[in-house]
Amino acid sequence: MMEEKKGGTSAGGVVLPFLLGFVAALAFGWWGVPQLLFSKKTQPLVFTHQNHIELYGMSCDDCHSFRRDGSFSGLPDNAKCAECHSFPMGDHPDEIKFVEEYYEKGIEVPWLVYQYQPDNVFFSHAAHREYDCATAGCHPDVGSSNELPVYYENRLTKYSRDTMKMKDCERCHATVAAQEPERFAGAPNACQTCHK
Amino acid sequence: MVLYLKEFKIKWGMVIDLDRCTGCGACMVACQAENNIAPPVDASNKRYSMTWLLVYQLSNKQPYPNHDVAYMPRPCLQCGKPNCVPVCPVIATDKNQEGGIVSQVNARCIGCRYCMAACPYHARYFNWQDPVWPEGMEKTLTPDVSTRPRGVVEKCLFCHHRYMYARDKARIEGRDPNALNEGDYIPACVEMCPTGAMVFGDLQNPEHKVHKLSKSPYAFRLLERLNTKPQVYYYSKREWVRKQGDNYLEHETVGGV
Repeated sequence: MMEEKKGGTSAGGVVLPFLLGFVAALAFGWWGVPQLLFSKKTQPLVFTHQNHIELYGMSCDDCHSFRRDGSFSGLPDNAKCAECHSFPMGDHPDEIKFVEEYYEKGIEVPWLVYQYQPDNVFFSHAAHREYDCATAGCHPDVGSSNELPVYYENRLTKYSRDTMKMKDCERCHATVAAQEPERFAGAPNACQTCHK
Repeated sequence: MVLYLKEFKIKWGMVIDLDRCTGCGACMVACQAENNIAPPVDASNKRYSMTWLLVYQLSNKQPYPNHDVAYMPRPCLQCGKPNCVPVCPVIATDKNQEGGIVSQVNARCIGCRYCMAACPYHARYFNWQDPVWPEGMEKTLTPDVSTRPRGVVEKCLFCHHRYMYARDKARIEGRDPNALNEGDYIPACVEMCPTGAMVFGDLQNPEHKVHKLSKSPYAFRLLERLNTKPQVYYYSKREWVRKQGDNYLEHETVGGV
């Protein structure tokens, strides 16, 4: 009997380190690895989409517009911002910083883009116009927020953590093309639809 | 796997008039510039050459007064039954998009070169070396075409990015991107051809010039008897050119005319 009891305690003593190690490994994997892998970056200037939309009645298209040839202009340049901000409109330090350090010196603001895709991806904004940028899951919902989210840069690949992943594109392309092949004839899950 | 004829509502195709082609090579240059093909380090090494579009010289092999030559530009022929597709083990190449262009996703290619062995037209090229551009030339690269590293196979895609932009333009203008007008989308080689020997359009659309030209009795396709159904047609009123286009033997007569 004594021997059996001894065996039981020693088994518990063997399991415990494994359990601790398992928890430690999980903690490292879920919390530690992202900390190591991504560096945090902040945008060069404070920008609030919400104010522009709610206080000044602007729409997304005012800055993020399509050119006549169908291409998407993306982020506005200095000239676009300077239509209103050629001199500091308020007393926020970033207002003054924009005018003095970027606009007057002719340097474009180095905005960090959360969704830049790799070089071998062709993405057409024109084809995805009817989808809401935020609810379709492509972009973080910055339009209704007062501050820009933290930019996480992958230290190895230098891509943003929020770059849309291929599986997200694929999931949508596979379903829409299957559901309404007539309407989405140009959007099958074919590789060349997105890759160049 | 594609062992059967792939049918599409739109079939982008080309008709090349070999009687008009002077062999100037403008199409080759346009192709290289448009598709970020690096200038060769050693151009004398033909086995390492990269030219998605190659101009061949044909000759009727007759002595002087009857001697005649023709020049034949050869892009990827975008076969209806592409031999390269079923042999690709990783599906880097496929013919599955409206428009009937045989796609090639270079990032997916593992460089086994089965497709090169399968292609009867030698339209595919293997990157033996990493591309090197002279300093400063990287600024002239087309941003819409990815550059290819060493170890992958690449080929002509009818300037696929131009197709995508033509579709985008149509969308913004409120037109149907699946019903492009003639001239909305043309590859660089066709745009650059000084004699107008190359005509590009939708082979299925009766409003496009290529539709009519491809049905002409003078039109033929390269090695037609292999039954790969290319979407590039050649056009010549000279019988010997049409004969050579399909490797006819001397005693054979050309079908069609």
